[in-house]
Amino acid sequence: METLAMHISNGIIDGPVAAVFAAVALVAMTFCVLRGRSDLDDRLAPMAGLVAAFIFAVQMLNFPIFTAGVSGHLLGGALAAMLVGPWVGALCVAVVLVVQALVFGDGGVAMLGLNITNMAVLGTAAAYLLIALLLRVLPRTPTGLGVTAFVSALFSVVVAAMGFVGQYWLGGTTDLGGNLGGLAGTMAGVHLLIGVGEGLITATTVVTVAKVRPDLVYALRALKPAAPAPVPAVGGVR
Amino acid sequence: MGAGHAHVLYRESASPVHRLPPEVKIVAMVVFTLAVVATPRTAFWAFGAYALLVAAVAALARVGPGWLLSRALIELPFVLFAVALPFLGAGERVELLGLRLSEDGLYGAWNIVAKGTLGVLASLLLAATTTTRDLIVGLDRLRCPQILTQIATFMLRYLDVLVGEARRMRVARVSRGDDPRFLWQLRGFAAGVGALFLRAFERGERVYLAMLSRGYSGRMPAVWQGAGAATAGQWLVAATVPVLAAGVAATAVLLT
Repeated sequence: METLAMHISNGIIDGPVAAVFAAVALVAMTFCVLRGRSDLDDRLAPMAGLVAAFIFAVQMLNFPIFTAGVSGHLLGGALAAMLVGPWVGALCVAVVLVVQALVFGDGGVAMLGLNITNMAVLGTAAAYLLIALLLRVLPRTPTGLGVTAFVSALFSVVVAAMGFVGQYWLGGTTDLGGNLGGLAGTMAGVHLLIGVGEGLITATTVVTVAKVRPDLVYALRALKPAAPAPVPAVGGVR
Repeated sequence: MGAGHAHVLYRESASPVHRLPPEVKIVAMVVFTLAVVATPRTAFWAFGAYALLVAAVAALARVGPGWLLSRALIELPFVLFAVALPFLGAGERVELLGLRLSEDGLYGAWNIVAKGTLGVLASLLLAATTTTRDLIVGLDRLRCPQILTQIATFMLRYLDVLVGEARRMRVARVSRGDDPRFLWQLRGFAAGVGALFLRAFERGERVYLAMLSRGYSGRMPAVWQGAGAATAGQWLVAATVPVLAAGVAATAVLLT
């Protein structure tokens, strides 16, 4: 099962719009590759792989919303931005999408640009902006971190969903007439609910990781580059 | 998501399609899909031709229709969306079986079902004939940035780590008196998701360090050894399918 919302299948959006967004995604991904290269050290490489695997697994959890006739799933953009940073994070989500499209037929190959733009670029960017903002405003406590993770995850899901609505408005293959507003409303409502689930999972994961291995949380690293992360009391796990 | 999920779609065989190098198959599949998507939706015959091409490749790869069709059910939510379109769409209404349906919506539904199904079938054929390891080797040979192939390699490797850790944690819960049934498993899972992530990371980190100490430098051995890269002949053989599809698409565009 997959979602109507997130993994756009072949034929939903017309060719020219798909091509434009493929170009957008390509430019954004090239930028992420260039910026991400310097980030990907010995500590981040396995983390990026695990984050991608985690997102892959988590995207299989579907929330069917039968009344609306659609289902949606978790995205993981906020989790990725939190743990491996915006550049590598966006690449992780993109890798998940490419593998799903190539091997599982989940999301059309011709629509990859659209899917990557929504989930990898828009979702991760929105999440990271919020994370950067909230971490500065909120207290440096597990609660503050949890709230940051929750809010940014919630917001990023809704932003990604609105990305689809925007693309459908630009190049939907079927003219819905006045129903586009309805589509936007349904998508926003559904993804607000999904966002709550996503926010909870992101917050629990990030807070647990930050408690035991704060050195692994990229967002915390970026904030205080000078101060070394405190050595966790529960050592010896390695 | 069972164990070895990453290989769940691969069908062991020695067919001509299996023996083709992965990069050739990836390019063929992508070009075929693009040709399908570029076809005008009113050219019904073109989609029939594509279906014949898919069937021919499936037969050559010894992948049965039952296997293909049951795996293609992943598409179902889109089909549901497509079914709704004739009712939601704007514009001309046509009378069909006593229902007043939007003509544009009907074409839209056909468009999604036909193009979506062909795309899913093409990816399934690629997955059935290529292991995920080969797929990454193929992407690397297609000059995909190394950072992406590296993330993809670890993703596929760690999926099994993640699933294994989840199973161990579940066994640990059950052996301590928890009795998870169906939906209530979710609660235990949700409570332990952070721990699961950490455990999987620490195991994954050890895997990574073990790989590093055995000479891993960011690429799969098969790539830097350069063995088995596609020859010009193999490119030509695999090109038949996308070239035929592109021909069909071009004809369809010219005719409509």
